[in-house]
Amino acid sequence: MKWHRIKALMTRHLYLYQRSIPRLMDIFFWPTMTLLLWGFVSEYLQQSNFSGSVNIVTVLLGAIILWEILSEGQHSLSVAFLEDIWERNLLNIFVTPLKISEFLASTALLGVIRVFLVGIVMGVVALFAYSFNLFSLGFYIIPFAFNLIFFGWILGLIITAVILRFGTSAQVLAFGIMFLVQPFTAVFYPVSILPKYIQYISYALPSTYVFEGLRAVVNTGHFLNSYFLISVGLNIIYLALALWFFYRMFARVKKNGMLTKLDS
Amino acid sequence: MAIVEIKNLVKRFDKFVAVNDVSFEIQEGETLGLLGPNGAGKTTTIQALLDLVTPTSGSIKIFGKEISENRSEILGQINFSSPYVALPGNLKVWENLSIFAGLYGIKNPKQKIEELAEIFKIKDLLPKMTSNLSTGQMTRLNLTKAMLNDPKLLLLDEPTSSLDPDIADKYRKLLKKIQKERNLTILYTSHNMLEIEEICDRVIFLNKGKITDNGTPQQLIKKYGRKDLNDVFLAIARET
Repeated sequence: MKWHRIKALMTRHLYLYQRSIPRLMDIFFWPTMTLLLWGFVSEYLQQSNFSGSVNIVTVLLGAIILWEILSEGQHSLSVAFLEDIWERNLLNIFVTPLKISEFLASTALLGVIRVFLVGIVMGVVALFAYSFNLFSLGFYIIPFAFNLIFFGWILGLIITAVILRFGTSAQVLAFGIMFLVQPFTAVFYPVSILPKYIQYISYALPSTYVFEGLRAVVNTGHFLNSYFLISVGLNIIYLALALWFFYRMFARVKKNGMLTKLDS
Repeated sequence: MAIVEIKNLVKRFDKFVAVNDVSFEIQEGETLGLLGPNGAGKTTTIQALLDLVTPTSGSIKIFGKEISENRSEILGQINFSSPYVALPGNLKVWENLSIFAGLYGIKNPKQKIEELAEIFKIKDLLPKMTSNLSTGQMTRLNLTKAMLNDPKLLLLDEPTSSLDPDIADKYRKLLKKIQKERNLTILYTSHNMLEIEEICDRVIFLNKGKITDNGTPQQLIKKYGRKDLNDVFLAIARET
């Protein structure tokens, strides 16, 4: 991998952020709105004493910030690929010496930048609007967040591979996949609430262990190493499968000539 | 010295044979025209050369190396331009050029961009948004992008197809000048036979995925007893 090629592709997207209001809104406005909404809901539940002894503000705001981190990880990877399709630039990119690994690395790093910015925005808004300090959960939040970014990349990689294979008709997945994941990964409620057969799906998702782990920290003050390790293990397995799937789809679209038709 | 060596290239899409046992070479410094009616297999051949489609069988060597095994190394020394492939309109011209300079690993990209902008007369366009360029300006930008890495081989797919005759003429003159100065090897496709006569040292006719004839424009005009390459094109396309 060559850093100059990774940097060039990242720069391409960073240039866009300088002047694109919708892209800036993705980082600054929409996460703020989401946080405000969930903050008000949390305060209402807390004041109505629906939550008993549970600190609902910490649970819900912690969960929504981590959820945004996961979503951003997926979104940034899939949308970075779609940008080149929308701008009919894909062929220009793929006739340069750029390797697939460099293409993926650039979008993954771009995702880290976006997640970092979204995390800061949400952390600051939560602190000032609801006196909620994200780091009151301890520095466990950092390995949690990395696990979620990692899983977000995996989902983004799978969606990108599907778009490669089926074309832009599948692009809706880039924006909708997270709504499919959300109910199963137990963001706002414990897995035990879910029907037994759904719990199997839930425990197959690395993100579930992060959200369960977050609730364990809030409730007991203890970081569950086993949850963290299972999440890392699942992420590694899924990343290997997602990379295999992506490379296979890429080879397939080159074979059937679809790569050249994606942006036409 | 052969820069490109294609041997028995076949590309099938299910039952449709887009390229059928095509073999040819392009020598260093040569401008080769790849001609044929729509669906003849020209674009598929170019795409195979750029490793954008995987051949069903056959071999493609560029600079003596198989493209499929040395993709990154080879693509660093060649470039491609087509009016059907856009540069992102939501970026400024200099931003687009600096990104591609980065992708090709150009040392001192600012100097290179300024140098090429002078040659292709796009200096005043550098701060503009790419989406605001006219078709003629866009073609010059595409050619500037294609020269960023000082390619040894340039693949041009119908580069003047959307240009008016005046701009197209200027484009050809510029291209010929650069080709001569740099001893560039060029693979050129076009439906404009006058242009092909002016630009190409040699042409290959493709029809239904097969090479039907090849030679210099003058040889083919003489062989078919026609007044120009346009008539030769019609004769070849209609007899097969």
